Amino acid sequence: MLIRKNAGDFWFETMNYLFLMLLGVITLYPFVNLLAISLNDSVDAIKGGIYVFPRVFSLNNYKIIFQNHELYSAAILSVIRTLVGTFLSLICTMMLAYTLSRREFLLRKLFNIIIIFSLYVNGGLIPFYVLIKNLHMNNTFWVYIIPGLIGAFNVIIIRSYFEQLPEGLMESARIDGANDFSILFRVIIPISMPVIATITLFVAVGHWNSWFDNYLYNSKQSLSVLQYELMKILTESTQQISASASASGKVDEEMLKVTTPQSIRASMTIIVTIPILLVYPFMQRYFIKGIMVGAMKE
Amino acid sequence: MSNTHHSSLTSQRGVIRKGYFRKLALQYQLLLMSVPFVALLILFSYVPLWGWIMAFQQYSPGKGVFGSKFVGFDQFTQLFQDGTFFKVLRNTLAMSLMSLITGFFGSIILALLLNEVRARFFKRTIQTITYIPHFVSWVVIANIVLVTLSPSGGIVNDLLMKWGFVKEPISFMAKGEWFWVIHTLAGLWKELGWSTIIYLAVLVGLNSETYEAAEVDGANRFQKMLHISIPGLMPTAVMLLILNTGNLVAGGYESQMLLGNSLVQDYSQVLDLYALDYSFGIGEYSYGVAISMFKSVISILLVLGVNKIAKKFGQSHVF
Repeated sequence: MLIRKNAGDFWFETMNYLFLMLLGVITLYPFVNLLAISLNDSVDAIKGGIYVFPRVFSLNNYKIIFQNHELYSAAILSVIRTLVGTFLSLICTMMLAYTLSRREFLLRKLFNIIIIFSLYVNGGLIPFYVLIKNLHMNNTFWVYIIPGLIGAFNVIIIRSYFEQLPEGLMESARIDGANDFSILFRVIIPISMPVIATITLFVAVGHWNSWFDNYLYNSKQSLSVLQYELMKILTESTQQISASASASGKVDEEMLKVTTPQSIRASMTIIVTIPILLVYPFMQRYFIKGIMVGAMKE
Repeated sequence: MSNTHHSSLTSQRGVIRKGYFRKLALQYQLLLMSVPFVALLILFSYVPLWGWIMAFQQYSPGKGVFGSKFVGFDQFTQLFQDGTFFKVLRNTLAMSLMSLITGFFGSIILALLLNEVRARFFKRTIQTITYIPHFVSWVVIANIVLVTLSPSGGIVNDLLMKWGFVKEPISFMAKGEWFWVIHTLAGLWKELGWSTIIYLAVLVGLNSETYEAAEVDGANRFQKMLHISIPGLMPTAVMLLILNTGNLVAGGYESQMLLGNSLVQDYSQVLDLYALDYSFGIGEYSYGVAISMFKSVISILLVLGVNKIAKKFGQSHVF
């Protein structure tokens, strides 16, 4: 096919590419900037003017963080929470989704209604808090795992994917004497990798990123996760903004030299972000395929 | 005659019921794989609704729902006379509306622009980059906003000063009137790329013959966009708009909680945070629940309302 190129087309193309490139830069710059600040000497960083490259290179910020016992154990707990939470959530969600994809299952319709309606029903924060309290789940590790174990939306996406798999596969497995558990784990899961990878990514990111349950339910330091520690440092800094701005309009330099909150914050932000940057690009090829099949069918 | 007929019917029904339970018992594996999880879902999604009773009580944590005194609609009467409540409601609606509008148009425009890119590698790269902030927590986003807008060494102030727009750096995070704008832009930065994902899939699915036919007829790029791409996106766009309308009052609290500080509270406080403050700060649980309840009811009404309007105009609808 002949592509006609006129002047208008050329200008549009050029502007379009430039605009999208600018968007890419705006998206990436803050991460690069934080990396540069985190790799810069903390006292020198107060002078400002660090954009893309560190001015006085130093790994000191990261050393301080990893030597801090509380931050170190919070990081470990975040990893454990993400691994345990994602694994259990995926297994349970897949089992539930499988039963809902079986046409012969007698409770299928009832369960489907219960699950879909749960997306629209919301009791609110305080009743939920009271429930957690009554279940004596506050100040336990399991408050991170159990309440969010089944995500209704994830069940729907996985179910839709399972439903469009060829029925014959399951039939022949059944004739060979396979029960429902082995049909799910030996036949269906191996051929559903796109959707499983997608949901795994969503659930894992959700676990890694959450802090609010920590803030609300777990006051014990030993149950603190990394995002919550970062949040605490952030809140301290914003309070400093308001305190210093309202007092004199100038930042208290003495205080900054001791705590260097900016550099610690930058380093913690990078530590928290890196696992996501490492995992996400590899999952991308799956999730476009995975989410589409699930979402389009709905 | 009629008697025997009757008895045979009941026995048949008995057989059917017995058959149902026998069939259900045969599906014990499916039951094992579903009942515990549905029970869990009911516990954490539906049981909290029971807590709405607190809104009609003078609830105290020590006495529980069963021991607390009922006060009827007192909490709601108090709510509608509370000036702060209306300010908080205004903040919630304003920020949700700003995010809804910018997100709606932003994602459609970006999807259309990405769709015009022929270099596949470039398109993939931009997609990959702009999806990243979606996967990053609000804690990280709030840090980024704080560093980027910082009056000492933040790039926004540095550029504004360099280009001569301002003489003194602006303390963006300490000025209430900036908060809604900052909140909207931060949300847009986080979700814009990701929100194009569904639109791009729809655009790929549009019939390429229609485009070719239009090209033969001499349609230029903008005419094709206007007459083929945009109408093609409409059903999806309207459906997403309906779903998002429910979030107008429901909206998040995470972003406001992390970006806000005591200086900008008049603009950053939203319904959920207000409820949280009342319940845990002052210990007035019932008032907090009344706020949450108000919020849930309004959001359901909004979804149903917009859904009805969409039906009237012949657009796609959810229910």
